Amino acid sequence: MHAQAGQAAAEPQLDVRAVHLWRGERHLLRGTSFVLERGELLQVVGPNGVGKTSLLRCVAGLLPTESGDIVWRGRQLQDCRDDYHQELAYLAHINALKPDLTALENLQYSVALRRPVMQQELRATFARLRIDQCADLPARALSAGQKRRVAIGRILLTRASLWILDEPITNLDSAGIALFEECMAEHLRTGGMILTAAHQLLLQGRPGVRTLELH
Amino acid sequence: MQSSGLGVLVRLVIARDLRLAVRHWDQVMQPLIFFAIITTLFPLAISPALDELRRIAPGVVWVAAMLASLLALESLFRPDVEDGTMEQWVLSGQPLSLLLLAKVATHWLLTGLPLVLMSPLVGTALGMPQSAWPVLMATLALGTGSLSMLGGVGAALTVSVRRGSVLLALLVLPLEMPVLIFGARAVDLAMHGEPVAGPLNLLAAALLFFVSLGPFAMAAAMRVSVET
Amino acid sequence: MWLWFHKLSSPPYAYRVATLLRPWFFWSAMALMLLAAYGGLVLAPPDYQQKDAFRIIYVHAPAAIMSLQVYVVMAIAAAVGIIWRIKLAHAVAAACAPVGAAFTVVALATGSIYGKPMWGTWWEWDPRITSELIQLFLYLGYMALRASFDDTQRADRASAILAIVGVVNVPIVKYSVVWWNSLHQAPTISKLGKPAIVLSMAWPLYTMLLGFMLYFAAVLCDRVRSEILRRERNATWLLETVKTS
Repeated sequence: MHAQAGQAAAEPQLDVRAVHLWRGERHLLRGTSFVLERGELLQVVGPNGVGKTSLLRCVAGLLPTESGDIVWRGRQLQDCRDDYHQELAYLAHINALKPDLTALENLQYSVALRRPVMQQELRATFARLRIDQCADLPARALSAGQKRRVAIGRILLTRASLWILDEPITNLDSAGIALFEECMAEHLRTGGMILTAAHQLLLQGRPGVRTLELH
Repeated sequence: MQSSGLGVLVRLVIARDLRLAVRHWDQVMQPLIFFAIITTLFPLAISPALDELRRIAPGVVWVAAMLASLLALESLFRPDVEDGTMEQWVLSGQPLSLLLLAKVATHWLLTGLPLVLMSPLVGTALGMPQSAWPVLMATLALGTGSLSMLGGVGAALTVSVRRGSVLLALLVLPLEMPVLIFGARAVDLAMHGEPVAGPLNLLAAALLFFVSLGPFAMAAAMRVSVET
Repeated sequence: MWLWFHKLSSPPYAYRVATLLRPWFFWSAMALMLLAAYGGLVLAPPDYQQKDAFRIIYVHAPAAIMSLQVYVVMAIAAAVGIIWRIKLAHAVAAACAPVGAAFTVVALATGSIYGKPMWGTWWEWDPRITSELIQLFLYLGYMALRASFDDTQRADRASAILAIVGVVNVPIVKYSVVWWNSLHQAPTISKLGKPAIVLSMAWPLYTMLLGFMLYFAAVLCDRVRSEILRRERNATWLLETVKTS
């Protein structure tokens, strides 16, 4: 117990320091900083257009920042980009599903790109997310909520330690939200980290859950 | 965590894109039909006399192939960028240049190779003798490969630009002019019974050059395009 | 020396340097161009075959050389910008493009003017003119790509990739055009090949070239200054400078 605490205090997993970002004329992120440790959930909150999605994209390494550092396990993002991405699962506004492939095929291709995966595992994830019936339907035939669950399935299957989720519960019904919160809790329990932007706060009251307000 | 090997990645990309193509045959056919239509324009515009057409046949077939390949480039990256799957490739931690190279190779199989196979028919329609067929197909096989690579770089640069098809043409066509020169002239030389080793070697060298450097330019361009 | 280079990548310093150097570049350019014009138009004897028309070569050749040189400078600046992430390098690349395109147009126009009295046509597909034309397309493509991005930094990065791809292709293009032209039985001497100039009368050519280079430097100073103004318009150092000037 002591040794674990000592290790965690040495160096944060994700350290974002004084990030500045301009979008055209607007100075969107003004020196945003935060730290993320194992087992922590950080929720970015703020009004529409304040830069939540942009912050998430910067941390994911998609959007270059004007200045500031993003440090993953002690190394700058630019220096360890591929290693970082192998530990990262990113969920955007859009679901990243090919409409003409079935849900199963979609996940088969996107997960296998990162690690070998068997069909049983994919189907087990569909079962866990209560969308067994969707597995063999083309993605365009699914409802918005079902597509979101498939996308969440992809996040679960990549076995990444850091999840960056942009409005993850869009289009989910209350059962879906509860299911997702359960998945998030389990991820945190096993030492994962989550960075999310949502209008609705998730997993409230749990230890290790913080908010970051942008304005 | 065991990561997928490079060979697996290439096979995955090819399998996925082929599967998608099978489910959308119409998209694959369109550039080929366009190729046939363009070549038909020339007899209509110039003369039905095969003797006159024969002189310009190599050039016409090549220009038509260039324009058809340009049209086909629309379907190379745009669907993946629009539905968000390209973004996931950028974030996969796998070498993006390899993934994009595999994608362009599959695209060539679906759009470039059929052009090569169609070319003797089109050439004959313009009065080209059968003796020129092997050189025609060889130059187009090598040339369409280069066109796909250069086109891939242009497509990666312009994929996030609204209505960027004309911009794509502006960027890519000047870069493709050497390929056109070597390819069309080689066929012309063949039709006059002259040796074609020179331009064929140049086409092969160009292809090797573009294949070795192109994927890195494509990956860099794609990262810029996927930013927003 | 590297320290100075690093200093130069800071916009305020670069702005001051550009402002100081510009008049030197400009006036020496004007002087040299006038001198070269005098040498070419007045001092040089008329060519035996081409009489006075050949004089346009004194403008055409330097313009053609500059059109390629500027492209190379542009590509190098773009590469520096993208590798070492120096925004000012991108500003330099952006500034080069219109100037390079202008040199290319001058080369094409003077080449055309040269051709008319000589060969009776306003246009010929000879290798020099054709590769100048393709060069122009490359410049226009670069400027069009830049213009299609709203965000300056994305425009910088995308056009940098295009510039590097372009500069790598330029030798291929030039070689292919020469090869293409050589297949014909047309006279092997390029239409715009240098006519036999007595060596002592070649000095206006080099003087004009140097004049053009200095003029390019002067225009670059102007354009980089305005790029800096545009990109740094919200920065405090600029407001200070404007207040004090």
